[in-house]
Amino acid sequence: MSGFLEANLPYILAGISVGGQYALIAIGYTMVYGILRLINFAHGDVFMVAGLVMVYTSASMPMVLAIPVVILATVILGFAIERVAYMPLRSAPRMSVMISAIGVSYLLQNCALYFTGGLPKVYPEIPLLSNSVTIFGATTKVVTLITPVITLVLVIALVTFINKTKLGMAMRAVSKDFETSQLMGIRINNVISATFMIGCFLAAIGSLLYFSNYTSVIPTSGGMPGLKAFVAAVFGGIGSIPGAVIGAFVIGICENIIKGMGLTTFSDAFTFVLLIVILLVKPTGIFGEKATDKV
Amino acid sequence: MLTEKKDKTGLFIGAVCLAVLYVFLILLDNVIPQNSFTLLLVPVLKKGAIYSLVCVSMNLLNGFTGLFSLGQAGFMMLGGYAYAIFSIPKDQHAAVYQYFDGGLIQFSIPEALSNVLGESAGAIIGSIICIMIAGIVAAAFAALIGIPVLRLKSDYLAIATLGFAEILRAIFQWSGLGPITNGSNLLRKYTSLSAIKIGSLKLATFFPFFIAGISIALIVLLINSSYGRAFKAIRDDEIAAEAMGINLFRHKMLSFVISSFFAGVGGALLAMFQTTIQATPFKSAMTYELLLIVVIGGIGSISGSCIGAFLFIACNEWWLRFLDNGSFMGMSVPFFRDGFRKVVFSVIIMVIVLFFSKGIMGDREISFAGLARRIRGSKPSGGKEAPAK
Repeated sequence: MSGFLEANLPYILAGISVGGQYALIAIGYTMVYGILRLINFAHGDVFMVAGLVMVYTSASMPMVLAIPVVILATVILGFAIERVAYMPLRSAPRMSVMISAIGVSYLLQNCALYFTGGLPKVYPEIPLLSNSVTIFGATTKVVTLITPVITLVLVIALVTFINKTKLGMAMRAVSKDFETSQLMGIRINNVISATFMIGCFLAAIGSLLYFSNYTSVIPTSGGMPGLKAFVAAVFGGIGSIPGAVIGAFVIGICENIIKGMGLTTFSDAFTFVLLIVILLVKPTGIFGEKATDKV
Repeated sequence: MLTEKKDKTGLFIGAVCLAVLYVFLILLDNVIPQNSFTLLLVPVLKKGAIYSLVCVSMNLLNGFTGLFSLGQAGFMMLGGYAYAIFSIPKDQHAAVYQYFDGGLIQFSIPEALSNVLGESAGAIIGSIICIMIAGIVAAAFAALIGIPVLRLKSDYLAIATLGFAEILRAIFQWSGLGPITNGSNLLRKYTSLSAIKIGSLKLATFFPFFIAGISIALIVLLINSSYGRAFKAIRDDEIAAEAMGINLFRHKMLSFVISSFFAGVGGALLAMFQTTIQATPFKSAMTYELLLIVVIGGIGSISGSCIGAFLFIACNEWWLRFLDNGSFMGMSVPFFRDGFRKVVFSVIIMVIVLFFSKGIMGDREISFAGLARRIRGSKPSGGKEAPAK
């Protein structure tokens, strides 16, 4: 056992870190699905755009300023997407909204392709995050260790927000019953916008952490993490925040152990096998249905 | 659909349009001299015909049966690979599978038939057999994954099929399967469209239209049959359909398998068109593109999907090319550079999705019978976009 741990420690560390980053994206999926019953296919691309914005802002302003700008830009993007692409379709069939989401994803990818000229953009080194540390004989970046901490802090803050504040209560109400909550005087458009903005805020932070581990951003780099985060959300029971976080950690760790065994080809496939197994065995996910904080 | 059964005039006009189109295509291949115009037109026509078929097959699933499946690219890849693997000539194996000792499968159907039937007949019949194999491989896979996947509903189904397509792509690139799929390397040297000819009569443009035409005609017949009505009933209301005695799972499976079969055929044609094939482009982005074409044409309209496919391909590869070149009618426009075309395109698509959610045709069809009724002054048009019947 200790031999296995020792051999796999770098992978497990990387897995926990990637899991935390997936978790931050997965929350965006799970919250939006909880309220709108919509798979926001564009969420992975929002995450990618956050990465690209970071590349451009860090080149023109100091890092202390760049990070808030990235987060702000991503939040505004999320808000705009919701207002432009999803709000007009509120009463349309679910399939139309999903197609609209796919359209947004296509648009964001093509815009990114246009602005980058198709070239990979080198992601800046964020001081502190990109430094190397050695832990139990395994060398890794600070971001690997910091990610789970940041993730947990943010998740606890979010859960508190949803359970204790008025807006959080409104979110829970809307996710339970769309129309009744409207009748109760909740401005659902504001609540939905807030949901998207929170999701994008977390995706922006996730992207800062995720891309620190990679050298560059390309227009399609949001696709896979996005799909995996979605699988994490389904695994944990869509609509449930703790479920999404646990699902993300499970996927992140398993994926990296599979990579460690030299089966890199199958690390992506594993995620989808997991998805199909969970959908067949327990379609509501491990925390689905019974979870009270459905947002 | 495209023609109403009892109206002979409609059928007649349809047949004439199709015949004119096919004659035109043969002329285009052989008589009409190549110039800068035909050099652009011919690939657009070929690829448009192939995309029409794939989009119609997707429409059968998404538009007529109401199964929101996003696995089309995966089935196309299966078909393309199956086609390529069985038609690489024997003496080319060493070159193509250079990293895998010449590969595992050591025969080529077109080549084997060429030895018996002569070169051109062998190539045509051999490639048709390979295309059938491509469809059957895709259909068999669909039947396999349909068992678990079709029990899921709407968005879960979408994600699961998307996932399966991604798994397939990963497996095809795995070097363990290298002797068959050539790992992540290209498959090439197989029978391509340019090899399709009778004597000196070239059929490179005619062939994809021919195969796509037959396939689309078969799909139209299916949709107009009692099975097709069952599919539509399932789309409109599953519970009511089940109450009326329609076996939900069996019909969903049927639709899924048939749709995948034709996606496989489309993939094989695409492989013929491209002359090389690789797993990388068959990403989820490709499925998204196909889905958007179906939406542009109109979900639930066969002729709409065909028009959508031709429009999409023509804009993408031809009409909107100027957006990438940096100049428009002699003027240089600074922001017209590589990729701008795609941006304009996605904006148009978003506008269609948001404001014209019915697409070009909605769920109506081009009807030659309707044209026949209104024939008075107007000439029958739209033949090009409706390859079948």
